[in-house]
Amino acid sequence: MNPDPTTAATVASVAPVSAVVSETVAAPYIQGLADDALVYAQRLGEWISRAPQIEEDMALANVGLDLLGQARVLLTRVGELDGTGRTEDDLAYFRDEREFRNVHLVEQERAGFGFEMARLLTFASYQCELYAALRRSSDPVLAGVAEKALKEVTYHRDHATQWVLRLGDGTEESHRRMQEGLEAVAPYVAELFDDDETARAAAEAGVGVLPSTLRDAALGHVTAVVEEATLTEPGAPRWRSRGGRAGIHSRPMGYLLAEMQHIARSHPGASW
Amino acid sequence: MSASSHDTASEGQGMSEKSWPLWEVFVRGKRGLSHVHVGSLHAPDATMALRNARDVYTRRQEGVSLWVVRASDITASSPDERGSFFDPAADKVYRHPTFYDVPEDVEYL
Repeated sequence: MNPDPTTAATVASVAPVSAVVSETVAAPYIQGLADDALVYAQRLGEWISRAPQIEEDMALANVGLDLLGQARVLLTRVGELDGTGRTEDDLAYFRDEREFRNVHLVEQERAGFGFEMARLLTFASYQCELYAALRRSSDPVLAGVAEKALKEVTYHRDHATQWVLRLGDGTEESHRRMQEGLEAVAPYVAELFDDDETARAAAEAGVGVLPSTLRDAALGHVTAVVEEATLTEPGAPRWRSRGGRAGIHSRPMGYLLAEMQHIARSHPGASW
Repeated sequence: MSASSHDTASEGQGMSEKSWPLWEVFVRGKRGLSHVHVGSLHAPDATMALRNARDVYTRRQEGVSLWVVRASDITASSPDERGSFFDPAADKVYRHPTFYDVPEDVEYL
């Protein structure tokens, strides 16, 4: 993506995204972002009634609903761009596991609160940099979503930051659990910043941004929070996740989709 | 909740001893209006109370400004004192502007 906003805007208005670019470049790229948001929204929804206090139930549900809102607009855009005419519901409820393009981080099972705050801090920090850059996307819908969502994810990042600081610099027990959360999230971080073929093509077309260019700023925020919270940055993990953007998922993904999709599939077309 | 175990009861007590303090929440609906009390919530400290208030009480664009006050910092009048506090004002009709007749030739009042 062109780093200069004025040039990018000019290019976009002079050369609108062609049909070929839409179908083969923009649609798969946006689908990855949409699936990240959709799947993490599903995971965050699981916290309702399980957070430490009802206030935190609400906070995590709000974060999930923000992500769901992003996913809805993005999935609708995918259906327009890829030429299939599928709706957001078609894409959310009637694709199978191998057709989802989300990273492994967001599909992992809900674990302790420390794990969730480590995951949210990492993911929201990534999304902050992502959407800040995508405000200059040549796809007008993606640029519009980015503009609106940036405010949302900035709040998500702040929420996670507040908790990591309190738990890390809290009691011995909260410090230990927060540290465990960071360690558990570590193997899934690198995948967020992989430049796969889809991302390269989208960046070249001015639709997307290269994930690797977001890494320093996103992880810089995480590191600063971790240090202020008196926690220790996890060392290089012994293994790392990969494959999510290619549709290859980890074990929890099938269970997540079963729960998310079964009503829509049992009662096609049902509404209330 | 199951009544089977004494542990549950004692655990519950421990929880309440350690539970977060209560905060009262005030929302200003729009510029120029006063902050109005809307309810209360629990939070570990003032910063988190403000964030919780945002999530619990301004989900539908109810406000442009939020205050949170620790409930224990509010000194309230007692219901027992209601009579001595408020009843003496009941017969002071001259404290209302409507008590006074304004002469016709007074302008700009």
